[in-house]
Amino acid sequence: MTITEDPTTSSENTVLGTRLLRKEDPALLTGEAVFTNDMKVPGALHLAVLRSPFAHATITSIDTSAAAAMDGVHSVYTGPDLADMWASAMPCAWPVTDDMKNPAHYPLAMSKVAYVGDGVAAVLATSDAIARDALEAIDVEYAALPAVVDVEAALSDDVIIHDELGTNTSYTWPLVIEETEGDCQKAMDTSAHVVKERYVQQRLIPMAMEPRAVVAMPQPFGGDITLYSSTQVPHILKVMTALTLGIPEQQLRVVCPAVGGGFGSKLNVYAEELLCTGLARKLGLPVRWNEERSENAQATIHGRAQIQDIELAADENGKITGLRVRLLGDMGAYLQLVTPGVPLLGAFLYGGVYEIPKAFDFSCTSVFTTMTPTDAYRGAGRPEATYAIEHAMDALARKMDIDPLELRRRNFIQPEQFPYEAYTGLVYDSGDHDKAARVAEDMLDYAAMRAKQAEQNTPDAKKRLGIGVSTYFEMCGLAPSRVLASLNYSAGGWESATVRVLPTSKIQVVTGTAPHGQGHETAWSMIAAEKFGVDPADVDVLHSDTAIAPMGLDTYGSRSLPVGGVAVGMACDKVIEKAKQIAAHQMEANPDDLDFSGGMFSVKGSPDKEMPLAAVAFEAFTAHDLPDGLEPNLEMQVTYDPPNFSWPFGTHMCVVEIDTETGRTEVLQYVAVDDCGNQVNPLIVEGQVHGGVIQGLAQALWEEASYDSDGNLQSSTLAEYLVPAAADVPNIETGESITPSPTNALGVKGVGEAGTIGAAPCVMNAVIDALSGLGVTDIQMPASPMKVWSAIQEAAR
Amino acid sequence: MEVTITINGTEHTHEVEARTLLVHYIREHAGLTGTNIGCDTSSCGACSIHLDGQAAKSCTVLAAQADGSQVRTIEGMADADGTLHPMQQAFMENHGLQCGYCTPGMVMAATSLLDENANPSEEEVRIGLEGNLCRCTGYHNIVKSVLAAASA
Repeated sequence: MTITEDPTTSSENTVLGTRLLRKEDPALLTGEAVFTNDMKVPGALHLAVLRSPFAHATITSIDTSAAAAMDGVHSVYTGPDLADMWASAMPCAWPVTDDMKNPAHYPLAMSKVAYVGDGVAAVLATSDAIARDALEAIDVEYAALPAVVDVEAALSDDVIIHDELGTNTSYTWPLVIEETEGDCQKAMDTSAHVVKERYVQQRLIPMAMEPRAVVAMPQPFGGDITLYSSTQVPHILKVMTALTLGIPEQQLRVVCPAVGGGFGSKLNVYAEELLCTGLARKLGLPVRWNEERSENAQATIHGRAQIQDIELAADENGKITGLRVRLLGDMGAYLQLVTPGVPLLGAFLYGGVYEIPKAFDFSCTSVFTTMTPTDAYRGAGRPEATYAIEHAMDALARKMDIDPLELRRRNFIQPEQFPYEAYTGLVYDSGDHDKAARVAEDMLDYAAMRAKQAEQNTPDAKKRLGIGVSTYFEMCGLAPSRVLASLNYSAGGWESATVRVLPTSKIQVVTGTAPHGQGHETAWSMIAAEKFGVDPADVDVLHSDTAIAPMGLDTYGSRSLPVGGVAVGMACDKVIEKAKQIAAHQMEANPDDLDFSGGMFSVKGSPDKEMPLAAVAFEAFTAHDLPDGLEPNLEMQVTYDPPNFSWPFGTHMCVVEIDTETGRTEVLQYVAVDDCGNQVNPLIVEGQVHGGVIQGLAQALWEEASYDSDGNLQSSTLAEYLVPAAADVPNIETGESITPSPTNALGVKGVGEAGTIGAAPCVMNAVIDALSGLGVTDIQMPASPMKVWSAIQEAAR
Repeated sequence: MEVTITINGTEHTHEVEARTLLVHYIREHAGLTGTNIGCDTSSCGACSIHLDGQAAKSCTVLAAQADGSQVRTIEGMADADGTLHPMQQAFMENHGLQCGYCTPGMVMAATSLLDENANPSEEEVRIGLEGNLCRCTGYHNIVKSVLAAASA
């Protein structure tokens, strides 16, 4: 793997592409790393939030006097008490339509609660234990209203949740792509095959292992305040907090200590961050907060939660002729940061890896319900879309009685068609779906597995084998800013990098990304090390502190490498270009006659004339003899706005065995071939795929945020919400497919969410594949033993 | 009530409420924050430590129950000169951690597993770590790390 067409570095990579061990590990392995709630903050007040036990109610009275009188309690606040603290309601950064309905949401409810977990009062006390004890002394009278826990019931508007809106519908967003109006309906009416499917993307709880935590610390001078938070988005949090509190942005500094996972759930601006910052500022005292797990389950955003109706039309050969999707999205009680946009991110992926004609009719209606707000969760709309097309393709394959992999092959976009302008107008930069599929096929020994399946799945077999295939495209690397504009997203998609060579020759990389497990310190060190010909240990990567890395758009949407990492590479190039001017001047040569390799500038044809980067850096610092007009120092900044999304792709295959007597599904083998272009560090890539696959697999088989009819979250602890353990899951066999991206100089694509995108449909396809011989047509996720067993019984009737 | 616990060889004595959990004693009274809290139902294992030589979830033990006991936490695993414990080294070499939040508990649980079974099969490792949840790694490399440590 090489960096293409780069004249300033050698064409033989020594660092990029190696399995370099992570710089982040020693501190994490020894317990030295500081997570937000590890911070020692003498004199801090602890915040605790009283949360509504009702899903939908009016607050008739709150009596905080008993709580306020308790030993160790500093103060108690209700929503109205803090009304003056807010310059605006909590931010939603994605008004997807001009007429989108967005109910004002404040950190503490003003008069009404709309979900179990909605904050009603806040206590400040000298310890977390006292603060929580005090919550029990607050007397709240509620007038309960009916809960709305079903999206179709919400749509009916029988019970209006936000009176000021007059409806529970937030928006309807269409995307119709036809050559001539009516093409999609025509395809449905005239095609040889049409499958009509309904899928439920169940509500999920992200369950990052570190519950959220916040410390807001006023600084001694100038009204400044530092907000430490377990967040994925320090820069966005800074802007939004400043706007919401109505404070000058430059007074706020946001720092992420070590962050224990996010998966999208920490891509947000939360009530507790606002409360801590506002109260710390008001009182001039540090204020801290952390959530317990069961609190996290209610108070941190949920994922997925959509009902999909998909109609897939195909000709007699199985070539897709039309696609219609109706999506019903569950926003939850309020719109958090990007809640309304999540279903729409998937809108562009319903065509998957296939050639889709312009006969596409998509519409999404999203409604409020009295449950925890939903928002981005690993994949954010794209796993849902991929599930729909991949599961529908299997349904089509069964209808046509052809092999599901064969059906896919008949529809793949071919390698020579890339860059490919899709039916949506978006350009898929590179892909080779058949290559990825072949690698997976070989790894699984697909043909042999089919034979084994045929042999095992006799009508009276107690255990049935199922083989699942999913082929996917993923649209990530958020994002070209102009495209975000066309989607009404309130921010851009660029990323910033500053690279400087210090006088003592160490390299500093300042990035706007905010890693929380993805190894950016290691990976960006590798990029810079390759460029400069130095040891990655001599590169220092600075991030996650808005005072040190003031510009950035943070980490989510598998954007960090294809946008942030590429920016790092570009900044390195600019530094080398400047260094070359200095070296050429000092060696009395023409800059065009200089080579740079292994950290050394040399003059072509004059082997004795060379100057190491370290010497150039020191010359740049002393500025004793620089070319006329050249500024001192070696420091360059780049803000890179990607020209396209990033389009990783792949094929996943798995083998499941279902015990027909217990309904239990065991995943016997899982093969993942994920092509994310050139790989900076294969160790990190594999880790991302492993983790992503297990989350997708867990959605398929176990996880569900279940609510009762009164709107109580019944799966609010890790004892009830089934995050898998090591004993529940198989090894993941990762296969290689590397198709460099032409979109950026590093040839890289994102990979953080790809595993999740491929996995849920792969596993569910396997489950139905195992059971269709018994007459089972479909099972909604999660395919729990009860649901599988019931489906088998039902089919037998 | 006064509780004395020896943590990583150092004796700590603190006045605590009866309801104080061992994990809070370790984190707040002894100031050792390497041990993490990930749940409130003793499901996740992030709080795993060694109590008198055996792995225990410190969220499920009252500090008072550990009065007079020996506790080893993640901070006590590396040598005084910073040389990593073989389990820590194995995790690093096999990319057995990403965000690192479950890692201290994993290392403590895995070390205890190998104390009881020096040469586990892959299945035994997976079952042995059932009490430790990870959301980042999908367990593949954690299992690999433990098996590598076993054969080191």
